[in-house]
Amino acid sequence: MSVTQAEVLAGIKDIVVEVAGIDPTTIEMEKRFNEDLEVDSLSMVEVIVAAEEKFGVKIPDDEVTKMATVADAVNFIVTAAK
Amino acid sequence: MSLINNQITQNSRILSVGAYRPERVVPNSELVDLIDSSDEWIQQRTGIASRHRAAPDQSLVDMAVEAATIAINRAKLRVDQIDSIIFATISYPFQAPSAATELAARLGANTAAAFDISAACAGFSYGVGMASDLVRNRSATYVLVIGGEKLSDFTDPSDRGTAFIFADGVGAAIVGPSETVGIGPMIWGSDATNRDAITLEPSFLEFKRGKSVAEVGWPNIAQEGQRVFRWAVYEMAPVGRQAITAAGITPSDLAAFIPHQANERIIDSLVKSIGLPDTVEVARDIRTTGNTSAASIPLAMDRLLAEHPDLHGKNALLIGFGAGLVFAAQVVELPPQP
Repeated sequence: MSVTQAEVLAGIKDIVVEVAGIDPTTIEMEKRFNEDLEVDSLSMVEVIVAAEEKFGVKIPDDEVTKMATVADAVNFIVTAAK
Repeated sequence: MSLINNQITQNSRILSVGAYRPERVVPNSELVDLIDSSDEWIQQRTGIASRHRAAPDQSLVDMAVEAATIAINRAKLRVDQIDSIIFATISYPFQAPSAATELAARLGANTAAAFDISAACAGFSYGVGMASDLVRNRSATYVLVIGGEKLSDFTDPSDRGTAFIFADGVGAAIVGPSETVGIGPMIWGSDATNRDAITLEPSFLEFKRGKSVAEVGWPNIAQEGQRVFRWAVYEMAPVGRQAITAAGITPSDLAAFIPHQANERIIDSLVKSIGLPDTVEVARDIRTTGNTSAASIPLAMDRLLAEHPDLHGKNALLIGFGAGLVFAAQVVELPPQP
């Protein structure tokens, strides 16, 4: 399944809003999950689990720890879904 | 010559539940200094505000006697009617004989079949499933199922990942015969590839080999929290749904959800991903009890029934999951009002 960056960003926004209950307009590519969006490590796990299901990709634990920003997550998923 | 077994199966159910929580309440504020943490951080990550811890001289079986006695009395049974005891625990500090036989002796159920099971936080669900099958096949009539832990003996107060999570307590249930089906099929299994996600190491053989606690440590619980969290939120929702389907009902037929009390955020996530309607009462005993491993489901069940007496006799989904990693889920009809 091939997806565009915009599609993945929209999907990630939905997931982060659902998991962390934050304002969707604050979620942008350069935002850091932990520092800017207050998505802590456990919420991040929930985001990843939901993203795996939504986009049909596998995101290994060591990749999750490298995903500091929304862009990191979006780009990984776009590449993994190709 | 072929064998015969003329026993006709019967239905089973949980007849009663009993709980014992140690007197001493330990708030987060008592634990934070050693782990450089805060009450707010612990509550945000786990939902835990306080937990109960046993006195140093109060043993696991001391607590089990209290919980078992309540359950036996609520089922209106005499001790000599208990013909089997299943004790789920990972914190009985003797290899043998079992905690179940010590409990049998202390209760005076001296002829009951008695054994322990080691299935960590899934232990109570494993025990209920086994007890149900024993009753159904008439290998037993009244089974006392204990989920009990004194995890304070196996928790490192300076471990930032576990010091505030684990706690002490014992829950008990009596499983016995029933006119109707009171316990649905058990959906159970393991993911042994994640065997190292939660451990109690080293082996006690280290001490026989002359090593000291100072050299090799004490077998305290260690866990990779995020790995376990991920496994639980991803893998346990389908297990819960399978248990609901296997019992022949839908989520809207449930009145309560009583998962293992590992972390309130796992509970929240499972409620969403299993797709439980708002009408389902969710057990959140973890807030003031912490994670008591095998004891957490019966303790949470006892509390839910005390706070919502109308739930007696209604359907509840149980899911236990933990070290192994192992899991078991079933739908049960909650015990009737004593």
